[in-house]
Amino acid sequence: MISKLKAAVAGLALMASPALAVDLEFYFPVAVGGAAANTIEELTNEYIAANPGVNIDAIYAGSYQDTVAKALTAARGGNAPQLSVILSVDMYTLFDEDLIHAFDDFATTDEDKAWLKSFYPSFMENSMIDGKTYGIPFQRSTPVLYYNKEAFAEAGLTDAPATWEEMKDYAGKLTKKDDAGNVTQWGVRIPSSGFPYWLFQGLTTSNGATLVTDNGTKTNFDDPKVVEALEYLVSLSKDGVMAPGIIEWGATPKAFFEGQTAMMWTSTGNLTNVRKNAPFDFGVAMLPANKRRGAPTGGGNFYLFKGGSDEETKAAFDFIKWISQPTQAAKWSIATGYVAPSPATWDSKEMQDYAADFPPALVARDQLEHAVAELSTYENQRVTRIFNDALHAAITGDKSAADALAEAQAKADAVLKAYR
Amino acid sequence: MTLSLTRALNLIGAWALALLWILPLAYAVWTAFHPAAYEARFDLFAPLTLENFAKAWEAAPFARYFLNTFVLVTAILIGQFILGTLAAYAFARFEFPGRNILFALVLVQLLVMPDILIVENYRTIRALGLIDTIGAIAIPYIASGFGIFLLRQTFMSVPKELVEAAQIEGMSTLGILLKVYVPLAVPTYLAYGLVSVSHHWNNFLWPLIVTNSVETRPVTVGLSIFASIDSGVEWSVINAATLMTSGPLLIAFLLFQRQFVQSFMRAGIK
Amino acid sequence: MQRNWIHAWLLLSPAFVFLLAFTHIPAVTTLWNSLFTTPRGRRPSRWAGLENYETLIADPIFWKVLSNNIWFALGTIPTSIAIALAMALWVNEKLAGRGFLRMAYFTPTVLPMIAVANIWMFFYTPGFGLIDQITGRFGLPQSNILGQPDTALWGVMAVTIWKEAGFFMIFYLAALQTIPPSLIEAARIEGAGPWTIFRRVTFPLLMPTTLFVSINAVVNSFRMVDHIFILTGGGPDNASSLLLFYIYEVAFRFWDTAYAATLTVILLAILGLLAIGQFFLFDRKVHYR
Repeated sequence: MISKLKAAVAGLALMASPALAVDLEFYFPVAVGGAAANTIEELTNEYIAANPGVNIDAIYAGSYQDTVAKALTAARGGNAPQLSVILSVDMYTLFDEDLIHAFDDFATTDEDKAWLKSFYPSFMENSMIDGKTYGIPFQRSTPVLYYNKEAFAEAGLTDAPATWEEMKDYAGKLTKKDDAGNVTQWGVRIPSSGFPYWLFQGLTTSNGATLVTDNGTKTNFDDPKVVEALEYLVSLSKDGVMAPGIIEWGATPKAFFEGQTAMMWTSTGNLTNVRKNAPFDFGVAMLPANKRRGAPTGGGNFYLFKGGSDEETKAAFDFIKWISQPTQAAKWSIATGYVAPSPATWDSKEMQDYAADFPPALVARDQLEHAVAELSTYENQRVTRIFNDALHAAITGDKSAADALAEAQAKADAVLKAYR
Repeated sequence: MTLSLTRALNLIGAWALALLWILPLAYAVWTAFHPAAYEARFDLFAPLTLENFAKAWEAAPFARYFLNTFVLVTAILIGQFILGTLAAYAFARFEFPGRNILFALVLVQLLVMPDILIVENYRTIRALGLIDTIGAIAIPYIASGFGIFLLRQTFMSVPKELVEAAQIEGMSTLGILLKVYVPLAVPTYLAYGLVSVSHHWNNFLWPLIVTNSVETRPVTVGLSIFASIDSGVEWSVINAATLMTSGPLLIAFLLFQRQFVQSFMRAGIK
Repeated sequence: MQRNWIHAWLLLSPAFVFLLAFTHIPAVTTLWNSLFTTPRGRRPSRWAGLENYETLIADPIFWKVLSNNIWFALGTIPTSIAIALAMALWVNEKLAGRGFLRMAYFTPTVLPMIAVANIWMFFYTPGFGLIDQITGRFGLPQSNILGQPDTALWGVMAVTIWKEAGFFMIFYLAALQTIPPSLIEAARIEGAGPWTIFRRVTFPLLMPTTLFVSINAVVNSFRMVDHIFILTGGGPDNASSLLLFYIYEVAFRFWDTAYAATLTVILLAILGLLAIGQFFLFDRKVHYR
């Protein structure tokens, strides 16, 4: 009865102030299972409750791909959302389509300007163009190495591999075969379906290569260091310590739980999942180093879309600022396993408690120091597709690493020429 | 001797194929009722659980999605039947200028599925102010070239004598359609209805693009929430959700399969 | 006569409003768009003439997906129709467990592709997937059907056949039940074996259904791409990509709408030829009861 009354009062209040209300549309993708959508909605509702006059319609828009498709389609139809979480690598595409605002245009106070500088620099590499901030890191991740401690103990190993050489060596020791000579446990699993370039960047970066230069207009796919990295990846399968062929990303955590592989490379976005479901003691480590340590960052940024009224855009800006504050970001990070994007968040009490309870969460943070931007160019999806196809061709043995990458470089040049 | 051998072979073949065909459903049932740890372990004594259903139920409002799909599929079907019948009738019964050109245009739509014209159609829907309504999902499909074509084929085979007799009795144009043509085309309606329902029950991309909210989204879009990329596939939850949403149709088929097939048959024999 | 015209046009107008608005006009716009460059926010589109078509001819991925699609159509259409027919013949007889058989064959129709693709992915998963668990019992090594370029398309085709055959079975079943038993009986009395009866009596009588089903199958072989999203994403190296999937990628991932329009024009041309062929077959040979 009382709740009904409350609802009625709230309804009246709403009716009384329609002119003041700002309605925002907020598209978000979910890439880590069902519960994440609920967390977004909780946070949004919390903000609405604290800010009467702002109404945010949080719209689950599918996967990352679906979300960018939806946002672009809507924008072309003249119906862009005011804000959206979209992959950080789609920034150039959104910029090129002239769909997004620079946050600097709205960061008028000193406090706002400080906020723009409050995130980890490795995340900002994918969030700025020409010194202006176009994305605010939110659901960001980085790949790490998960390992099965029980399998390690069985093979007489204690620590995670620190270098490429060690990883391959360990993987050899961890690969088990049955009497018929069929493998029952692989040493390592680096999934290559869908978007292989991302994990592969863990190899190119640690080999000292930079895949993209010149503000997203030039790729270096045929750099000998990249070729070397691909040859290493191919050699893992060829030498029988990793399953041959394309390895499915979606089935990778399950393969790890089932003891099909002793080590796996996958996103930190999987931490919560692995923690809940691994039937054995597991460890998390940074990706192994070769010439240096290195990994890409990944995941999604907040973008501020053009097309709304000033009032709406300002309200969207305020919401993004609010949700990226330590308390909210910590809540999000803990619920999903995404890496909290600012040092302040890691200093918050919630995060401190979480890390004390679950130290592997810190690995991702520590790796950020070595992390670089995820492969991102103009016409990003087309260029990464070219690169992915080349990786697939090499992994499945259709082409040599050098040939595949040289071809990919030529194709990417043809696409990017127009932007230089 | 050979007859009974043939029979045995047939029986074995039929069952082998059936077991193969039901495997995905069997697997869905297995994973939905067991903890995630048994997704890939087929242990007879695995503990049973309903937790996956609870999880799936919590993750998305499936009752609502199911209702939306039901409304959507019904609306499209009714629209297609009405518009298709009227148009097919015109093609089958009347001579008029432009008949061939218009029929060619209908044939074009047999191939140019609105599935391909998403960007253009989105613009139109937006201009009509229909974004985020069930109507927006339905209207590009409401006039179906396939339906018109199929009904025209059937209507063409209606004996001229029947039509003439009805005319002599003084029936109106619409009266002849309803009293003579439509009853004779019932099997076609059933067959086409099945194609239509099945297609729209499965359709994913277009609804995803034109809808934004729980109130309008169909089941397929709801299911895609679990086909996530970062954290791996949660088979037990996605399968529980699949069962929840497909269960009613399956059960309906089990209960009504005889009537269903017989109505095809009865309609056909007439 | 005049009145007939008006009647006909009135009857047609509601359907044509929708047909024109959501098919023909957008299709023409698509054709038109294929003659321009893709507009980007910062660079408006310009007249390109046949440039996009030149790109298409030089695009190895286009040729790859085109040949994939032809193999896909050849591999799935006859197989799924044949299986559907066999299924229908079986459940039309009084075999033991007919209710179960019918339900089993019917399941693909009610399970949405987007959900079922995940289940098939599990079947195909190397190591702990269902197929490997079974073959592993016999000491066979792990397979990676979806992860190898020479088998990925087959894996996708199997799922398609599963989906299509169960669906088409229903039409055959309904048609079979309309065949008068007396015809079969008469043939039997004349000493015809089951195979002869099928070839001489049943199959010819099922011709309208076969054509109905095959139109559906052809259209579907160029339209069914939902499962590719989940199973392979078109990989490895486009080995399992199909024309519509490529169009989707170009349009909604690469945002190259002009090139997508160009590809769409090709798809339309292919489907147009096929449908014209089928239409003549349908119109001439088949006398719907």
